[in-house]
Amino acid sequence: MLSANMTELAYLVASVLVILALKGLSSPESSRRGNMFGMLGMGIAVFVTLQLDGIENYTWIAVAIGTGAIIGGTAARKVPMTGMPETVAFMHALVGLSAVLIAVSAFLNPVAYGIADSMGAMHTASRIELFLGTFIGAITFTASLIAFGKLKGFISGNPVTFSGQHMLNLVLGIIMFGAGIVFCMNESATAFLLMLVIALVLGVLLIIPIGGADMPVIVSMLNSYSGWAAAGIGFTLGNNMLIVAGALVGSSGAILSYIMCKAMNRSLFNVLLGGFGSDTSAASAGGAAVGERPVKSGSAEDAAFLLKNARSVIIIPGYGLAVARAQHALKELVEVLQAQGVKVRFAIHPVAGRMPGHMNVLLAEADVPYDIVEEMDEINPEFSDTDVALVIGANDVVNPAAKTDPSSPIYGMPILEAAKAEHVLVVKRSLSVGYAGLDNDLFYMDKTMMIFDDAKKACEAMLHAIE
Amino acid sequence: MCSSGNCDLAAHAAMMNDATAAGSATADPIVMSFTVFILAIFVGYHVVWNVTPALHTPLMSVTNALSSIVIVGAIIASGPVVMNLATVLGLIAVGLASVNIFGGFMVTQRMLAMFKKRG
Repeated sequence: MLSANMTELAYLVASVLVILALKGLSSPESSRRGNMFGMLGMGIAVFVTLQLDGIENYTWIAVAIGTGAIIGGTAARKVPMTGMPETVAFMHALVGLSAVLIAVSAFLNPVAYGIADSMGAMHTASRIELFLGTFIGAITFTASLIAFGKLKGFISGNPVTFSGQHMLNLVLGIIMFGAGIVFCMNESATAFLLMLVIALVLGVLLIIPIGGADMPVIVSMLNSYSGWAAAGIGFTLGNNMLIVAGALVGSSGAILSYIMCKAMNRSLFNVLLGGFGSDTSAASAGGAAVGERPVKSGSAEDAAFLLKNARSVIIIPGYGLAVARAQHALKELVEVLQAQGVKVRFAIHPVAGRMPGHMNVLLAEADVPYDIVEEMDEINPEFSDTDVALVIGANDVVNPAAKTDPSSPIYGMPILEAAKAEHVLVVKRSLSVGYAGLDNDLFYMDKTMMIFDDAKKACEAMLHAIE
Repeated sequence: MCSSGNCDLAAHAAMMNDATAAGSATADPIVMSFTVFILAIFVGYHVVWNVTPALHTPLMSVTNALSSIVIVGAIIASGPVVMNLATVLGLIAVGLASVNIFGGFMVTQRMLAMFKKRG
């Protein structure tokens, strides 16, 4: 067994390795080594813990780790890249549930955790820490399950709203904190259970009013919560390794939520209140009814002709690309165009898809080199000098109303300025409105041609026409 | 040399110093934990702002694996050989956290391997 000092130092090494894992993600080249550091750090932390005094149940612990490794490893190999958002949401749920189970276990047997006095009663500080760890973990658990269901399609992605919803949440929140305070004062089992159950219910209620396209924010926010839950358990155990890792994850998720909110020009509060996109009256009042304005539509062959004769093309992928799993067909189209001497680049909006970086992973999976995939701020000045902007399965992120129409709900949201290109091609299944429930002026411009088709079929047809 | 009021103040300050010194010698562990917590948030803030947006999805999957560091707590919970509700809950938590650790790191590795440069 290691001395207490050696144990702490080993945890310190593990914490540094974990920080290096995140630092590696500053570029794709350093990221793979960074991930190795992360695994090493986690491995050290686990082995150091296993040799602690009082850990004797080795057989069963080995069985639990082994089972987890088989399930996790299999899932990691099989999950398709289009399924990453729901996978990540599900993993958040697992972290939340583990935190809850650990907290309940600590509540049942505080002596094993060294958080009780000689009489077997918990210290007040430990009760507060346990309360925080439990309710954050519980909310993370059920909220992530609902997010998972919405992303996977088990539950409708539409916002579920009812009158008095926010009042109900507020009242439940107050009761939960009240029960928590009672528990902190007298270690009451009833108060602990009440607090736990309400936190589980609150997790569900907080996520059901939030619509599918706000999921990038929600998934990031739950990522943050899972970190805080880990840090909360770290406080309970007085373990710095947990506190460091939890705080890193917590701030990472918080930063991602902030970036996502900013890219939609909305506050986190506004996202959390939910119901966005369910109100279409404002949108239809703004312009003529959808579908009554003249649009220019064309075939994939027309589009292929334009693309083939362009000098430069910028492709704007959106959630529709992921739904149609069109990334591989699109990649082939790009290669053919490049072979003809066309300069092709991709423009990625921060909230394209259902989670941060979703489009980048899909394109990487299809072997699109990452140096032709550009972020919004880098690519926006380039549109005015581009022959064709090809919009595939994206809508609100290219809506010029965000810049020009102060009455639009998305006014002020940063957009990809596809409208500035010489020609605009839009691949879309129909003229239906996007997530924000808005008509898109881009579709009705003279320079725009609509190709009404599924993203994958359209890409294949364009490819065929060029070859 | 000094008015009575000033001398009182000086004496008071000296007493305060003693009190602080005594306090820090026996600082509550929670204060140390809190220090580590706040510093780690600052480190996280600076490191994560440097993550390239293209890798935000791997960032989420790897942070997922990292928050499964709660396995440390789960191992402690399942440590005693006596099987009771507390140990069983601990073992389940060890299993769930392991799913996340292995799944999270492996899927991150799989994604990162896909990011290639031209040529």
